[in-house]
Amino acid sequence: MAGITGKDAVLTEYAQRLETLDAPKGRSLTQDAVRRLARNKAAVVSIFVVVFIILFAFVGPYFLPWTYDKIDWTGIRKPPNFEAGHFVGTDQNGRDMLARIMQGTQMSLIVAGVATLVSVCIGIIYGAVAGYFGGKVDAVMMRFVDIMYALPYILFVIILVVMFGRNPVLLFVGIGCLEWLTMARIVRGQTLSIKEREFVEAAKAGGAKPWTIITRHIVPNLTGPVVIYSTLTIPEIILTESFLSYLGLGVQEPQTSLGTLISFGSPVAETLPWMLIGPAVVLVSLLLALTYIGDGLRDALDPKDR
Amino acid sequence: MFGYVTRRVLSAIPIALIAVTACFFILRLAPGGPFDGERALPPTTLANLRAHYNLDLPLIQQYFIYVWRLLQGDFGPSMVYNDFTVAEMLWIGLPFTLMLGFSAFIIGTIVGLVAGALSAVNQNKWPDYVLVLLVMIGLVVPNFLMAAIMQLVFGVYLDWFPAGGWQAGSIPHLVLPITVLVLPHAGRTARLMRGSMIEVLGTNYVRTAKSKGLGQRLILARHAIKPALLPVVSYLGPGLSYLLTGSLVVEQVFALPGIGKYFISAALNRDYGLVLGTTILYMFIILAVNLLVDIIYAWLDPKVRYS
Repeated sequence: MAGITGKDAVLTEYAQRLETLDAPKGRSLTQDAVRRLARNKAAVVSIFVVVFIILFAFVGPYFLPWTYDKIDWTGIRKPPNFEAGHFVGTDQNGRDMLARIMQGTQMSLIVAGVATLVSVCIGIIYGAVAGYFGGKVDAVMMRFVDIMYALPYILFVIILVVMFGRNPVLLFVGIGCLEWLTMARIVRGQTLSIKEREFVEAAKAGGAKPWTIITRHIVPNLTGPVVIYSTLTIPEIILTESFLSYLGLGVQEPQTSLGTLISFGSPVAETLPWMLIGPAVVLVSLLLALTYIGDGLRDALDPKDR
Repeated sequence: MFGYVTRRVLSAIPIALIAVTACFFILRLAPGGPFDGERALPPTTLANLRAHYNLDLPLIQQYFIYVWRLLQGDFGPSMVYNDFTVAEMLWIGLPFTLMLGFSAFIIGTIVGLVAGALSAVNQNKWPDYVLVLLVMIGLVVPNFLMAAIMQLVFGVYLDWFPAGGWQAGSIPHLVLPITVLVLPHAGRTARLMRGSMIEVLGTNYVRTAKSKGLGQRLILARHAIKPALLPVVSYLGPGLSYLLTGSLVVEQVFALPGIGKYFISAALNRDYGLVLGTTILYMFIILAVNLLVDIIYAWLDPKVRYS
């Protein structure tokens, strides 16, 4: 039989090459995705931009002569002055703008990280439970999501933040609670198809409890869409945070965030332009880069869109 | 179709009620009150004030009084602006906010749809690249930053339009605020429209239409536009919600007389009546638009109607 298709010969040759370690290797799904991402120029550039901004925010302050809350009494409202170490000028209180921009970026990134984590956790659990149990539970839970979608919920967050004081933790959690809706919808949709698969049936036959099935068998299979959607959530959250900060409801002085800096910079932009330009450039490039990365990841991980 | 509409209208009622309840209790359970001033009021005055606004009754009773009055269209008094009732204040600001919001909504939706469709039809040619870049800018630049840039460039340096304020009937005063509101909405709409249009243009029935010799224009008008609109239509509800949030900022930055202007200061002053009134009004506008969107959706997609 060996001679008809030549299969055995090919396989034997392949086995030999495997032993000598020069066999053509297969590519895993992850490797495929990484290659597709690396071919997307906008996404690659964006990754470098984001890494640069993160380093800028967290490492940059160590290289500056001024800290974000130090007042230079000789340099109030001064344009960039390299001799005094104010590379992008000072604000009305004589604080170094570059140091403040770095601190503000740090704050915005931390809020984005924590709030994204909160929203991803809520979204996954909610969506997985609704999708897994289905029926009435699903109908009620998704109806609730529809309702939340329809409400001007940023007003609720404003009310919450104003009423319970400007606690940074509340800000994180509040924004996180705001952004989980789409995640829940996506996770539910995926769960509906995953729960019909054989391995879930096997787990059920083996006597696993629903909670175990959800955490051990369903959630790990959601990684792709969750990663894509989380990267798209981060810019949304940075926007929401800067919006709240702009309204004066975000972090408190002397700490600052990009939104706060812009809100102080925009009224005086005509006379002290350096107070607006710096934070605006950082915020816009950060948001632009994150959006491009999210799009790139979606194209790379989700083959059906191509 | 009539049954569907009735069901949707009926299902909006409990939503509104839940939202009013949530809002009421969040506000009341929070620490602080409308009469915490710099200087503490004498206890008897405070007691009289609280009694006047029914704040001394049990919370649950206050809630029922509020809802009962609300059903009769009475939003109660403002606790900080003593000379006005909430309904009067909202009534002054509402026409302006609606005018601003809906002009931006309509302009933004049309611009977004046209831009998205153009960009999908010219996929990966230069009009597409230019439009995608513009859309990105609209999406990424936050409205408060865009407002500042617009004021500075068109209001101060070029001096084409007034940088803020409002005179009744003056169109130039509206150009900048509406532009700031339109950009992100148009951006999101265009992005959705581009995606769904590209998907529709790749389907089998469009290929069939092409192969039987229909012109590009006819294919778009007869076969492509309607199904491509579906995801966009379902975005319009949340889209309006974003837009109204944006109008909070725009009304403040451009000093415009809408209802958003009072919201932040009212929340900071614990002016329960005014905060609740504004939130409820926003919510009703959004619910009404969502209802309209659902009905349009059912008209576009028969599957929804009969499920």
